[in-house]
Amino acid sequence: MMNTQPLQQTLDHWSRFTLRQRLMRYGGLALTLLVVAWALSSIDVIWEWVWDAPAQMGDLFGRMMPPDPSNLPSILEAIWQTVNIATLATLFAVLVSLPVAYISAQNTTPNRVTLWIGRFILVSSRSVNTIIWALLFVAIFGPGIVAGIVAIMFRSIGFLGKLLGEAIEEIEQKPVEALEACGASRFKIVLYAIVPQVMPAFFAVSILRWDINLRESTVLGLVGAGGIGMILQGAIDTFNWPEVAMVLLTILALVVFGEVVSSYLRKKIL
Amino acid sequence: MLKISNLTKRYGSGDPVLKELNLTVEGDQLTSVIGSSGAGKSTLLRCINRLVEPTSGSIELNGTEFTALNRRELRVARRRIGMVFQSFNLIDRLTVMENVQVGRLGYISTWAALTRRYPREDIRHAYELMERVGIAHYANRRADELSGGERQRVGVVRALMQRPEILLADEPTASLDPKTSEQIMTLLRDLASELKLPVIINIHNVTEAKEFSDRIVGMRYGRIIFDGQPDKLTNAEMDEIYAGVPAMDRAEVGAVA
Amino acid sequence: MSMAKDSWRKPPFIANPLIRYGLYGAILIYVGLTLATLPIDWERVSDGMRRAQRIFSGAFPPSFERSGLLIDGFLESLKIAILATVGGILLSVPLAFMAARNIAIKPVYLLGRGIIIVARSFHPVIVAIIFVKAVGFGPFAGALTLVVYSIGFVAKLLAERIEEIDFGQVEAMRSVGAGFIATLAYAVVPQIMPRLVGLGIYQLDSNLRASAVVGIVGAGGIGATLANAFGRYDYDFALAITMVIVGVILVSEAISGFIRKRIA
Ligand SMILES: Nc1ncnc2c1ncn2[C@@H]1O[C@H](COP(=O)(O)OP(=O)(O)O)[C@@H](O)[C@H]1O
Ligand SMILES: [Mg+2]
Repeated sequence: MMNTQPLQQTLDHWSRFTLRQRLMRYGGLALTLLVVAWALSSIDVIWEWVWDAPAQMGDLFGRMMPPDPSNLPSILEAIWQTVNIATLATLFAVLVSLPVAYISAQNTTPNRVTLWIGRFILVSSRSVNTIIWALLFVAIFGPGIVAGIVAIMFRSIGFLGKLLGEAIEEIEQKPVEALEACGASRFKIVLYAIVPQVMPAFFAVSILRWDINLRESTVLGLVGAGGIGMILQGAIDTFNWPEVAMVLLTILALVVFGEVVSSYLRKKIL
Repeated sequence: MLKISNLTKRYGSGDPVLKELNLTVEGDQLTSVIGSSGAGKSTLLRCINRLVEPTSGSIELNGTEFTALNRRELRVARRRIGMVFQSFNLIDRLTVMENVQVGRLGYISTWAALTRRYPREDIRHAYELMERVGIAHYANRRADELSGGERQRVGVVRALMQRPEILLADEPTASLDPKTSEQIMTLLRDLASELKLPVIINIHNVTEAKEFSDRIVGMRYGRIIFDGQPDKLTNAEMDEIYAGVPAMDRAEVGAVA
Repeated sequence: MSMAKDSWRKPPFIANPLIRYGLYGAILIYVGLTLATLPIDWERVSDGMRRAQRIFSGAFPPSFERSGLLIDGFLESLKIAILATVGGILLSVPLAFMAARNIAIKPVYLLGRGIIIVARSFHPVIVAIIFVKAVGFGPFAGALTLVVYSIGFVAKLLAERIEEIDFGQVEAMRSVGAGFIATLAYAVVPQIMPRLVGLGIYQLDSNLRASAVVGIVGAGGIGATLANAFGRYDYDFALAITMVIVGVILVSEAISGFIRKRIA
C-alpha cells in the first residue's frame, strides 16, 4: 500500500490507481471527521461536567481507598452464587442448544420448516441481551438466582447453537456415507459419524461460553437476578465505596480465575 | 449372485453416465472394473447399493430386487453389501474397534451402539478379522493414528463385519503407495476365495488389475466394451478402453469421485 | 483364530478409575446440590406466570406511538457508540504499543497488559454504574463506559498484531538512522493499519449493541428509553423498542460484516 506511492512519478497508470485509493482514503477520513463532529455537536451532555470529570473520578477513587474487606464472607458467598449461576446456566443451555444446532444446520435439519424454526430461535436468543432477558425473568420468577440462571441460559442458547450448527455444517461427509452404505439408521449415523466430529467444537464452545457467562453473571444482580451484582448494587446505593472497591477486586479475581480454569480445560480436553 | 440389467443412470438432465448396462457377478470371483476416469465406474458401483439412485434398470442380489425397495427395506438390504472406499471414510476420532463395529450398526440396538457394549459374537468376529488382516493390536488406537494401508485394512474389516454377500471396492488402493497397494490387493483377492465372496473392484492401475483379478470389465462412456479373463485383454482393446478424449475431458472437469 | 477375545471396552477418557468416578461423583453432587438448593418458590412462579401473561398481553401489539422518543434514543446511542469508538481507538493505539512484548520495555509492557486485563474483566454494565455515580446520569457516562469497553478489545487484538509484525522493515528504517517515532510511523503503522480499521468497524458495531444495555443503568441512549418504558409498565412501547434494537443490531452486524469483508 504505502510502498507503491514512490512509483507515482514513473508509472502513469499506477499513479491513477493510487490517486483513487488516496481519494477514497481522504474521503473516508473526511466522512469520519464529519460524523464525529455531528455526534460531538449534538450529543446531549453538559460540558462543564465533562471538564470536571477527571476530578470527579479521582475523588471517587479516593473514597474507594482502601478497600474494606469486613464484608468479605457475604461477598464470597455471592461470588459462589455467581459461579453457580454461570455453571448451571451453561449446562442447561448446552443441553437445549444441541437439538437447536441440529435443526439449524443445513446438512442435518429434517426440512425447510425446521431449518427456519432453528434459525429463528438462534437469532432471537442472540439479539436480546442478557440484561434484557434478566429484566423479563425477574418479572416472572421474582428477584433471585433462578431468574438469573434462566436469563443467562436464554442468551447462551443462541451463541452455542450458532457455533455448534456451524461445526455440524463443516463436518466431513465421507464417514456419513460409509455408515449409510452399512445400513445404519439416521440416529446411529448422528451418534457415530456426526457426534465424534463435532465433539472438539462442542467442548471448545461450551468452555468459551462458560467463561463469558461468568462475566455476564456478575451484572445480573443489578436488575435483581442474583449473584455478586446484588451486593455491588447495595454498596453503591449506600455510598459504601470501600466495599464497592472490595467487590470490584473480587470480581477481577473471579474473571481471572475463570480464564485460568477455561484455558486449563481447553488444554486438557482438546 | 449379482445381476445388473439394463442399468441407466443420468445425473440431472445431462447425458446418461451409464447406458443400458448389463453385468452379472457370481461365485468367489474378483472382478476388476477398469476405464478412464469419468467412464462411470464409481457411478456403477454406487448404483448397486443405491448410494446413487439409478434412473432405470434392475439390480438383483441373490433374489432381492434392489430398485424396488423403500427406504427402510433398503437400509436392511444394504447390510448385505460391503463397501470399501478410496479415502477409507473412517471416523477419525473413534477407535479402530468402534470403526470396525460400524459394520454391525444395522444389527445392534441403539443403546448398545451408544454405550459401545457390542455383542460378544461381534467382538470375537472383529478380533478374528483384524487378526487376519494384521491390525488386531490397534483395536484401541484412534483411527487417525494409523497409516494409510492400516486405515484401509480397517475399512476392509468394517465391510466384512457386515458378513456381506458381495464386496464393492471403489479404487481402494488409489490413495496408497505402490507397495501397500499390492498388499491390499493381495488381501482382497485372498479374502474373496477364503470367504467365498464375490468382489468388484474399480481400479485405475491396469497392471494390478491384470495381476489380481479373475475377470476384467472394461468400461467406456458408460458402456461395457470388454468383459473377460485378464489374459484376453489385448493392447488393442486397452487402447480402445482408454481412448475417447471428449469423454475424458468432460470427466476431468466434472469428476466427483 | 478360534481363541480370539470376545470382550472389549472403550478405553476410558481418564484411565485411573478412582479419579474418573471421583470426578463423575463430584459433578453429580455439585449439580444435584446446587439444583436442590435453588430457591424456587412455586407460588411466586405461578404468580409470575400471571404477571408474564399481563406483560405479554400488555406488550401486544407493540406501540410505535412515541416513535419520536425512540428515534431520539437511537440517535443518542449512535452518537455514544461513534464517540466511544473514536476515543477508544485513540487510546488503544498507544496502549497497544505499551502492551506489545516486542516494542515495549518490561515494566511498560506489564502496565499496558494490566490496564487491558482490567478493562476486559469488568462487564460494561458495572463500568457504567461506576461512571454514572462519578459523572452523573446520561450519555457522557455511557460514552466513557464504551471507551473502556473498546480499549479492552481493540488494544488487546492490536497488541497481538503488533507482536506479529515483520521486523525486517523496522530494521531497514533503523539502519538508515530513523528515530523511534519515524520508525513507528513508517515501518510499524502501515503494517497494523488494515487491522486497526477492521477492528474499528467491528467495535462500532459492538458499541452500538452495548450502548443499548448500559443505558439500562442510566448511561443514556436507547437503553435508558427501554428501562423507562419497562419501569412505567409501558410494555407495548418496551416491545417496540426491543424489536427495533434487534432489527438495528441485525442490520449493523450485516453492514459491518460486509465492510470488513470488502476491506480485508
Ligand atoms: N454426483 C454427480 N452429479 C453429476 N455428475 C456426476 C456425479 N458423479 C459423477 N458424475 C459424472 O458422471 C460421470 C462418471 O463419473 P464416475 O462414475 O465418477 O466415473 P469414474 O469413477 O469412472 O471416474 C463423470 O462425467 C462425472 O462428471
Ligand atoms: Mg471414480
